Amino acid sequence: MLLQQIVTGLSVGGIYALLATGYSLIYSLLDFSNWAHGEVAMIGAYCAFIVVGTLQLPFGLAIVGGIVGAAVISYLNERVAYRRIRHNRSPNMFLMIAAMGLSTVYQNAAGLIFGSKFVTYPGIQVSSVQLGSVYVGVLDLISLICTAIILVILVYLINKTRFGLNVRAIASNSYTANLLGIKVDQCIALVFLLAGALAGAAGVMLGLKYNVYPTMGNIGLKAFIASVIGGLGSVPGAIVGAVLLGLIETFASGYINSGLRDLISFTLLIVLLLVRPTGLFGVDVQDKA
Amino acid sequence: MFNAYQEGVIILLCVNIIAVLGMSVLTGFTRLFSFGNAGFMSIGAYCASILTVELKLPFIPAILVASAFAGLVAYLLGSLTLRLKGDYFLITCLGFGEGVRVLFNYTQDLTGGAGGYPGIPNYTSMPFAVVCAILAFFIAWRFIHSKYGRNLTSIRENELAAEAVGINVIRFKKMSFVFSAVYAGWAGALYAHYLMYITPAMFNLNKSCELITTTVIGGLGSLTGSVMGAALVTLLPEIFRFLSGYRMLIYGIAVVLIILLKPDGLYGYREFSITRVIRWFKNLGKGSKKNKKEEVAQ
Repeated sequence: MLLQQIVTGLSVGGIYALLATGYSLIYSLLDFSNWAHGEVAMIGAYCAFIVVGTLQLPFGLAIVGGIVGAAVISYLNERVAYRRIRHNRSPNMFLMIAAMGLSTVYQNAAGLIFGSKFVTYPGIQVSSVQLGSVYVGVLDLISLICTAIILVILVYLINKTRFGLNVRAIASNSYTANLLGIKVDQCIALVFLLAGALAGAAGVMLGLKYNVYPTMGNIGLKAFIASVIGGLGSVPGAIVGAVLLGLIETFASGYINSGLRDLISFTLLIVLLLVRPTGLFGVDVQDKA
Repeated sequence: MFNAYQEGVIILLCVNIIAVLGMSVLTGFTRLFSFGNAGFMSIGAYCASILTVELKLPFIPAILVASAFAGLVAYLLGSLTLRLKGDYFLITCLGFGEGVRVLFNYTQDLTGGAGGYPGIPNYTSMPFAVVCAILAFFIAWRFIHSKYGRNLTSIRENELAAEAVGINVIRFKKMSFVFSAVYAGWAGALYAHYLMYITPAMFNLNKSCELITTTVIGGLGSLTGSVMGAALVTLLPEIFRFLSGYRMLIYGIAVVLIILLKPDGLYGYREFSITRVIRWFKNLGKGSKKNKKEEVAQ
């Protein structure tokens, strides 16, 4: 029972982590919470559904389709909306409002195109394997492993490559980074592409685990909470926060009451922020005079 | 004069105006984001309904108690969370709003749970709602143009400088937060007694998002702009009702376009004034560049 809960919690947490790292990456660069991120994942899930359901292609291609579709949408968000708002020199909250508007657009567009029905990927068998004394869903296990691999690659990308160095430079001070010859806009667009790809992967996994429906992007809220728990703008923090949130939610619904699950996680969130005002790994931002 | 449908739209407009005015004081004048105002609306709605249904209280005392209760909750929450910065404060409000919804779903005996709370008397008439909206605007206007309001504006412009000249930032942020919660509670009470039936799901995160979006579209730092924004957001969906499914899609596109093309919102930092409208019409006749320059200079 306990081990089973832990595996479930970890696999849910892993999906949150894929989304939460996207929130963190974008927050670290632009200081705003990208509210359309959950809808990007939703679009990824639908893209995968088109590939496997409508075009009847193998599921491997569907995963690629989901990732590419979500990445493209995320990139378009940046090119069409966010970049222009940045160049307008509007306050950061405008980015957030625009993201909220975009998320309404995507949610309703998906509802109009695909209908508000739940759809599932055809031809996917849900089986479970025995590990010691517990049964563990194969999907949970696969998504857990995939997530772990993706996250390791992501952390390597941020910490060890030239691209990661540029991203960290912009996060630290975008103006100076620009002076030093880093192409800030290009780099931000790449980060949106990367975050979109991660969200697409998360969307496909969510679609496998539950169903695909237009409002499934609301799970982005949970991922946002996870990234706040870890500390906004910190990628390792987002991963830790997501895994923690996944475990807390699973235990809360397993041992206390599934109806009160969200209330418990929100209460814990507020308590955590009261004790550590910038999350677990967040940097303390001082106002500049 | 009006048929039942038109009266309903006007009541909804008044409810939205009251809620958005509270939001405007908080977001437009203090630059604090709250995704929890639907939670305060929900508290106001349930509190007033329980008072009028269970305790048979008249409407106006029920509204006063419900608003005060929402304000009290905001005071307690604000005491805890207003020291948090930026998005961290925002997420606690969001957590609070969602938490209230889940809680009301869970407390079956008191609130009827997810099935809703039926049998609320229909006390909100159109004239009453209009009087409430006008009163709310008047109070907000006096508040913003008082000493306290100027302190809030100074916090918006530069928190550090405001603190340096001796403004108790936390205290005034709390005042602004409580003010917006009282307004949200007021709006919620009116809303409940118009619909006669409420469920926790009516006051979800989307409602909070709608309030914020309306405030930003109307113009941050303009009370009249907020009223215009509320009118736009309430009336446009009614006018475009025949589009049914495409309504929210168009709404989302409109929000993005306004943000992109009118970066200050519809009204920016200005208030609506008759003299400026008259001057604008006069200049329209002349249409020369010189007049436009004067307009900019002013």
